[in-house]
Amino acid sequence: MLDKNGIAKRIAREVKDGYYVNLGIGIPTLVANFVRSDISVEFQSENGVLGMGPFPYEGEEDPDIINAGKQTITTLPGASFFDSATSFGMIRGQHVDLTILGAMEVSENGDIANWKIPGKMVKGMGGAMDLVASAENIIVAMMHTNKAGKSKLLKRCTLPLTGVGCVKKIVSNLAVLEITDEGFKLLERAPGISVEAIKEATEGKLIVPDEVPEMEI
Amino acid sequence: MIRKTVADAQEALRGVQDGMTFMLGGFGLCGIPENAIAELVRLGIKDITCISNNAGVDDFGLGLLLQKKQIRKMISSYVGENDEFERQMLSGELDVELTPQGTLAEKCRAAQAGFPAIYTPAGYGTEVAEGKETREFNGKMYVLEYAYNSDFSFVKAWKGDEAGNLVFKGTARNFNPCMCGASGITVAEVEELLPAGSLDPNEIHIPGIFVQRIFQGPHYEKRIEQRTVRKRD
Repeated sequence: MLDKNGIAKRIAREVKDGYYVNLGIGIPTLVANFVRSDISVEFQSENGVLGMGPFPYEGEEDPDIINAGKQTITTLPGASFFDSATSFGMIRGQHVDLTILGAMEVSENGDIANWKIPGKMVKGMGGAMDLVASAENIIVAMMHTNKAGKSKLLKRCTLPLTGVGCVKKIVSNLAVLEITDEGFKLLERAPGISVEAIKEATEGKLIVPDEVPEMEI
Repeated sequence: MIRKTVADAQEALRGVQDGMTFMLGGFGLCGIPENAIAELVRLGIKDITCISNNAGVDDFGLGLLLQKKQIRKMISSYVGENDEFERQMLSGELDVELTPQGTLAEKCRAAQAGFPAIYTPAGYGTEVAEGKETREFNGKMYVLEYAYNSDFSFVKAWKGDEAGNLVFKGTARNFNPCMCGASGITVAEVEELLPAGSLDPNEIHIPGIFVQRIFQGPHYEKRIEQRTVRKRD
């Protein structure tokens, strides 16, 4: 079974040379740590920066330069700043090549729920609805089951939706899956995880090909 | 040259009244119009509607207006990090309209650019689209969202000149440019107010035509919400 860093490491292999990438908060943020150093990638943050760099050195924080998680950041050579309409124009206009975000639930037809739990304080969707509605290439980083062991890969989402039919790929702690017209297609198993265990943890329809290789990380 | 300069926040906010709708720039606490907010607190006007991506924290930004119960409605994309906000929302004192962030930006920009409404794919099939017109374009579904109608925009820029031209810094730009010229009156506050001719016309982010009043803020706290650093090797 993968931990959060393991999931991030596996997703990092989906990041290709020349990609502009938007990373959500949580596990997706960790992906930046594992992207190969021999390829050129620019990270976009929807509050208005392309070419995000690492956190600043102590004492060099600039309150005017933050990411979407409101953390102080730096920029790399070639970076740019822009306003929020332009930023979401990049996203809506499909100029961003890859979006990586977290989810509470995903359904077998690619619906995603990640912004609201009824009865709990609702903080808002931020940019999540814009991202999932527009991005062509969305990878969801998530745990396969919740703390009670219940599947988060469902026939239908039970929580209020963030977007419909938009998720293409999932990397969980147990598997890599693709969303197809027929349901969740199992592509890879996490190290040491059996197909049976993945079946067990998936409520939605799971399509299991004859060969399901173990992930390379 | 048409001069837009006013002496201070007090003069810049002349005409604000109870029940008005305001746009306020900023993302989190980054690039917020600190001096305009302070003046709104001082004036004590009530029942205001704020269009702002976030709602500040308990003791800074729009949190200061929430403390005084001056806000009746917030239109935002994300409102965490504020206990007083949560209390007022749960008790029903405060109305909240949650809007996807890109839609919020574009509803401001539409008001600026003279569009009555826009179509966006964001929120289609979710509760955000309930009761709204939808339409298919090229096989994809979109939601009709109306431009905002607001009385004042309060924005913060880094530098500005007497003609109202603005230059922003870093990610403090965010919603500020989208809100300029998107309300009846746009009030810009800047860290540095310069004589006309001091800014290179090639490098102006927002032309002065979108700004009615400009003043230099005497002080900016620029509070950091999440101070993240790395150690030197």
